[in-house]
Amino acid sequence: MSERILSVLVEDKPGVLARVSSTISRRGFNINSLSVGPTHIEGRSKMTIVTELDAVEQVKKQLNKLVNVIKIVELDPEMTIETEVLLLKVSINKDTQTSVIEKANLSSAKSVDVGQDYAIFEMTGSSKELNKFEKLMKPFGIIEMVRGGRIAIQSNL
Amino acid sequence: MTKELITGAELIVRSLEHLNVSTVFGVPGGAILPAYDPLYDSPIRHILARHEQGAGHMAEGYAQATGELGVVIATSGPGATNLITPLANALMDSTPLLAITGQVASTAIGNDAFQEAYTVGLSMAATKHNYLITDASEIPQVLKEAKYIATSGRPGPVLVDVPKDILNQKTGWVEPKDLDLPGYKPTLEPNPKMIQQAANLIKSSKKPILYVGGGIIHSNSHKELYDLATTYNIPVVTTLMGRGAFPDGHELCLEMPGMHGNYTATTSIQDSDLLIAIGVRFDDRVTANPDFFAQNAKVIHADIDPAEIGKVREAQVPIVGDAKNVLIGLTEALKGSELDTASWINDLREMKKNFPLNYDQKDDGPLKVPYVLEQLQNLTEEEAVVVSGVGQHQMWISQHWNFTEPNTWLNSGGLGTMGYSLPAAIGAQTAFPDKLVLALDGDGCFQMTCQELITASTENIPIKVVVFNNGNHGMVRQWQKIFYNSKFSASELTHHTPDYVKLAESMGAVGLRMTKKDDVKKIFTEMLNINDKPVLIDCVVDPDDMVFPMVPAGGSNDQIIMNKEDLKQL
Repeated sequence: MSERILSVLVEDKPGVLARVSSTISRRGFNINSLSVGPTHIEGRSKMTIVTELDAVEQVKKQLNKLVNVIKIVELDPEMTIETEVLLLKVSINKDTQTSVIEKANLSSAKSVDVGQDYAIFEMTGSSKELNKFEKLMKPFGIIEMVRGGRIAIQSNL
Repeated sequence: MTKELITGAELIVRSLEHLNVSTVFGVPGGAILPAYDPLYDSPIRHILARHEQGAGHMAEGYAQATGELGVVIATSGPGATNLITPLANALMDSTPLLAITGQVASTAIGNDAFQEAYTVGLSMAATKHNYLITDASEIPQVLKEAKYIATSGRPGPVLVDVPKDILNQKTGWVEPKDLDLPGYKPTLEPNPKMIQQAANLIKSSKKPILYVGGGIIHSNSHKELYDLATTYNIPVVTTLMGRGAFPDGHELCLEMPGMHGNYTATTSIQDSDLLIAIGVRFDDRVTANPDFFAQNAKVIHADIDPAEIGKVREAQVPIVGDAKNVLIGLTEALKGSELDTASWINDLREMKKNFPLNYDQKDDGPLKVPYVLEQLQNLTEEEAVVVSGVGQHQMWISQHWNFTEPNTWLNSGGLGTMGYSLPAAIGAQTAFPDKLVLALDGDGCFQMTCQELITASTENIPIKVVVFNNGNHGMVRQWQKIFYNSKFSASELTHHTPDYVKLAESMGAVGLRMTKKDDVKKIFTEMLNINDKPVLIDCVVDPDDMVFPMVPAGGSNDQIIMNKEDLKQL
């Protein structure tokens, strides 16, 4: 099954996130990633939902029934610009410090905080790039990692 | 000039008056108390139920009998949780319902206050939409929206939760604005291209079936259905929720298909080359295993809810729209065509003759529900509103009662809520004080909400209740017989059942009893002559009777069990 990306325009009202996520889970579907944030239009938020579904049509229809859901667009992966954000805290010591920072630079991760025995990097990019960076850092000892939901926008191609 | 200050509670009552609500059902309690104060002075009639579930089903019965909004009021916490069953029931059967619940003060929300429950969260999956009021000034607008959402598109329940401090908050009357619901725009007009495609399929069909359900009744389009079916000679099956949408007894009416449908209705779908499905949702009780359902048929599926189309069965022609517009469109698009359905109708007529519904009532044997039903219908001259519980009796009524008008058959079809009948009948009788309203219930069902008989007596609501008393959860017993080697685990009610006649009398109703064939006419005549108070008949029936035909859950509609003899081959 391949991933499907839904871009859902909703009214910015209390409980919208709960309505959307419960509608999806109620029908027995899993969400790989979900992110919500404001749009350029007042009172409107955008949700990006990444899911692996055969039955995505049924989910779209069920979501469309929600009074606060205004529009659902399924994004074409070929024409979609997608990004995700990551914060990663990794152990460092005298021996590894240079290597860690070098690898981070090569991955275009930005160091946002460096202490005696740790460094924190911030990175945006595709899920693939973030996965790769995580793998690179793993041998040094990841202390904590946080990833934001994936967001996507249709290109004009 | 300063604006007159009124409370949130007064805003609720005034808004309901503006929305033409004449009757509400409910139970008061701490958090909703402020609303009951102005309600006392309002022309709106309040029916005090004995349990919030009962109040909810009353509002549903009112809505289903009238086609209009039903309103129920309850308090916070247990009041609201008791409403969940009727809300879920109304969602499944698309009944327009408005529930107003009290909530603990907004400052206490989230603190596990006395009688606090997260009503909006609890009811989210049981409503079409819900609201938590955060300022009293929102009330007129929200109630206007709530009524619109509940009654438009595919109807359903809407809940409005109001914290107690908001009920007491003083504000001015705020005239509601025009509705602005950017995410809610039901499609009523079908796409003309789809109508044309559907008409083309119908013209070339030799074995079409109009498969119709509750959508016909909600859109009040039984006349348009009648025109389409009779102009072009298309046989009609009416689902459990669609009984009465097309008149029983008409040559083209095949009545109910499915798990306990009659042989001809179920088989007509299997043999059909084209299903014209309108206002139905291919429920599993109709389709059995969908892989074996109407395998030779193309499907035209029209519904006001786009999510129903393609959910269970792929449609060659999907049509989103109001059933009335769809029926008018199809009748128009078919103008001048003559369908070649004569031999199909003839086949079905033969089938009806060869596979009738039957029952075996012995002169000195125990009473059989189908016999009792036929006798009752023979004695009723007017069109009664029949309100059923859930189980064997429900199936027998749907099979054996002749429904000729919409909104005269009220039952819990989708959720299958035992306990629905008695309170829903009270709701229907409240809407139509002069009609004959029959609550035809099972004894298992009756015991779930029987306290509402007190409501009927107290409020002078003269419903007629027939409790089909077989001392068992009859349908459970039937399944245990067939699928569990007659191991009757927890299905017998006999040991401590109440004396229903005395129970009725103690609740202010007339209690009667029938146990044998000779009683039936006499007791029913007596019941029908009492119109100043509720009547209950304890109708003692055969506990071993089973509902046939039957297609086991998940089976194929090609393999219909017609009688006890067929069971041996299972």
